[in-house]
Amino acid sequence: MIKIRDIHLEGRSDESWIPIINGIDLDLKRGEVLGLIGESGAGKSTLGLAAMGFARDGVRISKGSVEFDGIDLVNAPAAVKRGLLGKRIAYVAQSAAASFNPAHKIIDQHTEAPVQHGVMSTKESQEDGMELYERLRLPNPTEIGFRYPHQVSGGQLQRAMTAMAMSCRPDLIIFDEPTTALDVTTQIEVLASIRDIVEQFNTAAIYITHDLAVVAQMADRIKVLLKGDEVEEADTRTMLSSPKEEYTKSLWAVRSFQRPAKPAINTGATPIVSVKNVTAAYGKMPVLFDVDFDIHAGRTVAVVGESGSGKSTAARCITGLLPPINGHIEFEGEAMPLDYRRRNKDQLRQAQMIYQMADTALNPRKTIGEIIGRPVQFYMGFTGAEKRKRVDALLEQIELEPSTYFNRLPSELSGGQKQRVGIARALAAEPKFIICDEVTSALDQLVAEGILKLLADLQDNLGLSYMFITHDLATVKSISDEVVVMKDGRVVEQGPKAEMFQPPHHPYTDLLLSSVPEMDPDWLTDLLKARGVDNIGDAAVGKM
Amino acid sequence: MGSLLRIVGQRLALGFLTLVVVSFVIFVAVNAMPGDFAQAILGQGYTEEAGDAIRKEVGLDKPYFVRYFSWLGAALQGDFGTSFAQASFTAYAGTGTGSGLGTVAAQLAPRFENTMFLATVAATIAVPVSLVLGLLAALYRNTIFDRVVNIFTLSSISSPEFFMAYILILLLAVLNPLLPSLSNIFDGMSFADRLNRTLLPALTLTLIVTAHMMRMTRAAIINLLASPYIEMARLKGISPMRVIVVHALPNALAPIINVVALNLAYLITGVVVVEVVFVYPGIGQLFVDAVKNRDIPVVQACCLIFAGAYILLNLTADVMSILSNPRLRHPK
Repeated sequence: MIKIRDIHLEGRSDESWIPIINGIDLDLKRGEVLGLIGESGAGKSTLGLAAMGFARDGVRISKGSVEFDGIDLVNAPAAVKRGLLGKRIAYVAQSAAASFNPAHKIIDQHTEAPVQHGVMSTKESQEDGMELYERLRLPNPTEIGFRYPHQVSGGQLQRAMTAMAMSCRPDLIIFDEPTTALDVTTQIEVLASIRDIVEQFNTAAIYITHDLAVVAQMADRIKVLLKGDEVEEADTRTMLSSPKEEYTKSLWAVRSFQRPAKPAINTGATPIVSVKNVTAAYGKMPVLFDVDFDIHAGRTVAVVGESGSGKSTAARCITGLLPPINGHIEFEGEAMPLDYRRRNKDQLRQAQMIYQMADTALNPRKTIGEIIGRPVQFYMGFTGAEKRKRVDALLEQIELEPSTYFNRLPSELSGGQKQRVGIARALAAEPKFIICDEVTSALDQLVAEGILKLLADLQDNLGLSYMFITHDLATVKSISDEVVVMKDGRVVEQGPKAEMFQPPHHPYTDLLLSSVPEMDPDWLTDLLKARGVDNIGDAAVGKM
Repeated sequence: MGSLLRIVGQRLALGFLTLVVVSFVIFVAVNAMPGDFAQAILGQGYTEEAGDAIRKEVGLDKPYFVRYFSWLGAALQGDFGTSFAQASFTAYAGTGTGSGLGTVAAQLAPRFENTMFLATVAATIAVPVSLVLGLLAALYRNTIFDRVVNIFTLSSISSPEFFMAYILILLLAVLNPLLPSLSNIFDGMSFADRLNRTLLPALTLTLIVTAHMMRMTRAAIINLLASPYIEMARLKGISPMRVIVVHALPNALAPIINVVALNLAYLITGVVVVEVVFVYPGIGQLFVDAVKNRDIPVVQACCLIFAGAYILLNLTADVMSILSNPRLRHPK
């Protein structure tokens, strides 16, 4: 049905055109699901959009052909293409929250395509929408469409967007990372809904993702991309069991990184950081309730939970950015002032942070040398040549060549390198304890693995303690010593990693653990069977 | 909705406070003007004695702050005092019309009405024209149409107002006698007549305010065109016009509303030059005359009206911005 031949796309950069996709072929039959996988910058989304005959502003199709059902999409006039888009080819975007227009109700956006394309009347389309909402197991299907996008949760929006894509019963849907922005438990519901509805209507789909385990559940065939080139293509089971290319194998191997277990903590040892019965609120809204956990010297405590569970708030309490209403924070057995403004330099030095978005956490106008040099001077009092020496040493510790990187700006670095600079800035204060707030979730798997290895090495060499905030249980498995599970501002369960990954669990921990997609293509089917299909909807309600 | 009422209440109270502060600034500024009312009114016939008598009669002999507070107290009760110039001073100078006392309010009311009429006519033309031009410029961005609209509106805003006014008079009154070049309107005129005479100054004002509103509309919409929901709309096969009007415009309203409010305020407060050119009997002319005569009560009242117009229009803009945002209209 769709036939792409030797497609080349170029992106505009300053005054020249830089290739993004270099001659890829792609075929898709009716009712088939093709998984496109690769790291960021591989050109997955660009290729997906090109399959719709669409190129973003600043991108152009320079060569090759895209045929949809015999229609040449590259050379078709705009009006012809508009007649196909939304009606026969639909798109589901990565962030439903950003891709729904905030100014209109969900149902009005749903009915727009059918009405504009003359497929259905507004009323028919509304009724059809409610039916789709019900099939996608959205709560209150007759009423939810009449809300504005901001009044609906992310997982629900993503399903509403799938319903919207279905509104004209298209022959082809492009799914562009539809679950990347969602929590694991929500992701399952969306995955199951998408798979059901694609099967029911025998729709062909291109499923774009960077998550191998997800694509294993969704796709019949998988195509692996690297920097605009095709690496290999095979059907899902073959690809998973026997990948041919080195690159594919390395992608597959990332998930196997595992730290050796450490001996148990000596009973009676004083923890580096102790969070004691902390209750905190933003204004009048309470967000943390009686949170209590310890972090011991040289160990990594993973704090796990979904968005809104209070993980980052707990970190803000420890650093003193958000003074708790109740309870206190102890460093090496000594109570710390709750407000960071009342802590002295040495106390401030003790707790450093590494942030999720290295992009926004580094001042874009300062050079790497200045960024790392600032805490060196502020906390350690080094200046001049001494300071330079220290910064060079730090750069070496994070495996960046000092002479090359000292004078560069953050914009000249890759995502992984920026995150390394973030780590060096935290190390500059020579702390005993570092809070890592989702430090790998914005990075590709291979790069993330490098960062995790670096953090592990630093811990071994410097005896650091980490509080590792994450929603990704694979990361927890690979790096943590102890695990704290949080939900709705409370600690649900905590203990050593080995225990946490062995049953019996708290029901919520169980839900979290079982929701992590596995590389087995039958995993989703089996899981749904085990949970009973109706339970998925309930899980959705429980989460909202 | 309750929260919206509370916001409006707060803003009104703050606006009132601003007005009081503004009144003080005006008072100080007006009194710092060189020259003196008695000298201005008596001219050649000025004597020390007659001057003192006039100053005493209108209260200029009292200290600053006493005058300020008695004026403020009266103004709060809606009494803006008596125009110096309208008072009868024949006894002191042997000249003057002797037309009796005129309160500032009575003098201002018809002028204010005229100014509002002119502003309304200008706004009725300017706001729709600039919004439509802005939308079209966004739709046909970077085309010849876009450039022509930009060049035209920018040239008209960059030329002095009186120059634009004379060009329009030349084109529409002299070369093609379509409209009267003088706008001397008076009570008892028919609405059509009035409109006919107001049209030229209104067109001049339109040319002056269009560029700002049109460019803001264009920029606010183009700014949104890279957002994911616009891409989504395009990928649904929606036509470019509908993408801009239905998907981009509602989200661009807040900045546009603010610029519109600012320009409406200008239509009320910034019309002095245009009124003078067309001899239009609005507040602007009255204001200029009052400054010339050192007629302090009238100057103060005019300034208060201008300040009030700004505050009220900005308040309206804030409320409309809130209403245009579903996040604020329908909280979670």
